[in-house]
Amino acid sequence: MICLYNSHMTKKLLAIWFVLNGLLSATEGAALTIEIVGGAAQQIPIAIVPFAQSANLPDSLAMVVDADLRRSGLFRVLETRGVASVPHELAEVKYPEWAALQAQAMTIGKVETLPGNRLQVSFRLLDVVKQSQIAGLEYNITPRQLRQTAHKIADIIYEKLTGEPGVFATRITYITKSGKHYVLQVADADGSNAQTVLSSVEPIISPAWSPDGTQLAYVSFEKKKPVIYVQSLVSGQRYVLANFKGNNSAPGWSPDGKKLAIVLTHGANSQIYLINADGTGLAQLSHSNAIDTEPTWSPDGKWIYFTSDRGGSPQIYRMSVLGGDAQRVTYEGSYNVSPHLSPDGNQLVYIRRDDGKFRVTVQELATGQVQVLSDSAQDESPSFAPNGRLIIYATNINGRNVLSAVSADGRVRQRLSESGGDVREPSWGPL
Amino acid sequence: MNKRLMSSIVLAAFLAACSSKAVKEEPKAAVEDKSPTAQVVEKAPAKEAPAATATPVTEQKPTVNPLKDPNNILSKRSIYFDFDKDEVKSEYRPLVEAHAKYLNEHADAKVALQGNADERGSREYNLALGQKRAVAVKKVMNVLGVNDKQIETVSYGEEKPRCAERNEACWAQNRRDDIVYQGEE
Repeated sequence: MICLYNSHMTKKLLAIWFVLNGLLSATEGAALTIEIVGGAAQQIPIAIVPFAQSANLPDSLAMVVDADLRRSGLFRVLETRGVASVPHELAEVKYPEWAALQAQAMTIGKVETLPGNRLQVSFRLLDVVKQSQIAGLEYNITPRQLRQTAHKIADIIYEKLTGEPGVFATRITYITKSGKHYVLQVADADGSNAQTVLSSVEPIISPAWSPDGTQLAYVSFEKKKPVIYVQSLVSGQRYVLANFKGNNSAPGWSPDGKKLAIVLTHGANSQIYLINADGTGLAQLSHSNAIDTEPTWSPDGKWIYFTSDRGGSPQIYRMSVLGGDAQRVTYEGSYNVSPHLSPDGNQLVYIRRDDGKFRVTVQELATGQVQVLSDSAQDESPSFAPNGRLIIYATNINGRNVLSAVSADGRVRQRLSESGGDVREPSWGPL
Repeated sequence: MNKRLMSSIVLAAFLAACSSKAVKEEPKAAVEDKSPTAQVVEKAPAKEAPAATATPVTEQKPTVNPLKDPNNILSKRSIYFDFDKDEVKSEYRPLVEAHAKYLNEHADAKVALQGNADERGSREYNLALGQKRAVAVKKVMNVLGVNDKQIETVSYGEEKPRCAERNEACWAQNRRDDIVYQGEE
């Protein structure tokens, strides 16, 4: 097994980050602001022609698409102001002008106002080299859906040009702490449109998305001890999933959304249980004298990966959801915690401690090959984006707790920070 | 037993020496307490705080709660741990033993053992680690004869730090079990 961490590369990336940080100011009115570190070796050059749209709309569609694509690190968004024409229709496109910019692809589009306060968004993705259309779509939306539509357009561009689904139209959840005030929030993947799910003066930890994205399970200390709740993001209604004697924590949904793996203590050490999503059918899964916690399901629903210190130090193990013996999964280092699997089930991300530094680490399950992805020292709570391309995690930069997202190959990093306080416990929602 | 008493005496004297300020405030507090540890403590402050002779001449009735008495080891409530460890270190044995003795003598008394962890690493693992630390103290008390029904274990993990700075001195304070008697919080 080898560690592929490369500090030289990181220094370069940091230098790039400082440049980009100066160029890219905060996204429009976002609660979280985003900074980008690095970029892929092969970035796709793309021209995003400003959409024809009324000036009094809340968001510039092209600007949102532009910011999404830049943030991925996989695109080089070209400066279009020097180009003579500003096409919005296919017939207006003069391909040689865009070929001269070295664009491989370009987008054009327009937003028309319809009666009844509705908008018609038309968009085309064009191949500049082949001089042909790659995709073309129309959306009939309300003005409030403009931003979300821009994310969907960015997703289409991403998927058509990289071959993988985009995650710009997905959501993330996280917890902010300002003073003694904790807020569980859900926001768009770019940090905008943040909405409060729960506000409390007691700690909130471990939010977990239901597979369909309509519910969050989380742990709240509002009863002066950890209790697991499940809350609907549609109605805001919630129920107690588990409030047994001792601690109730670490909820993780099964891929079909019917069950959760949770951790209970009942006055002894933390053990893993399975429980139906309606709170019935509690059954103990792990039986050890040690700590068994942080259960997470494999995408096929057959395995529970978890953290245990049964061998003397915390390591990742897995066991069948039907019970039985556990198999150890991590061997390097004396502290490996917080496992989460990639959507295809081939990679495991976790936090590893080396020389007192806690860092995001990815392990190929087939080969056991390990790669440390971060250069920070206090990383926590890593989880994959639903396309498996990015990993979101919490970290500490200059004494502030912020969120960070790193590409699964470690090349591109974005930081999401909130001006008001600490941000922690991120989790990326489903597609 | 004798050995245990001896270590209790040593620790009690040590603790008394550490807390001379508290001793001056309530010089008479420990006098009425007949527990062995308390008797030892009572001697230490006599030397340490001679000014105390001003008021304590009147014998107070044994109204002082030994759990609140700063001269009594029972007022010491925190047990500290090494990083990622749940071993109750020998220096804290006398403290745990004193509370076990109190619980054995007061069958109606109940304690919550509240485990804590420093902020480094996973929040959920730290929650489990705090629980393991609470369970570790509970096990010592069980061995000393304390009934399970008198003990509740709970963990706050890294969520309720006593000290908020990022350094080892601070983290050491947060790797801790607190013994809280029912009715105290």
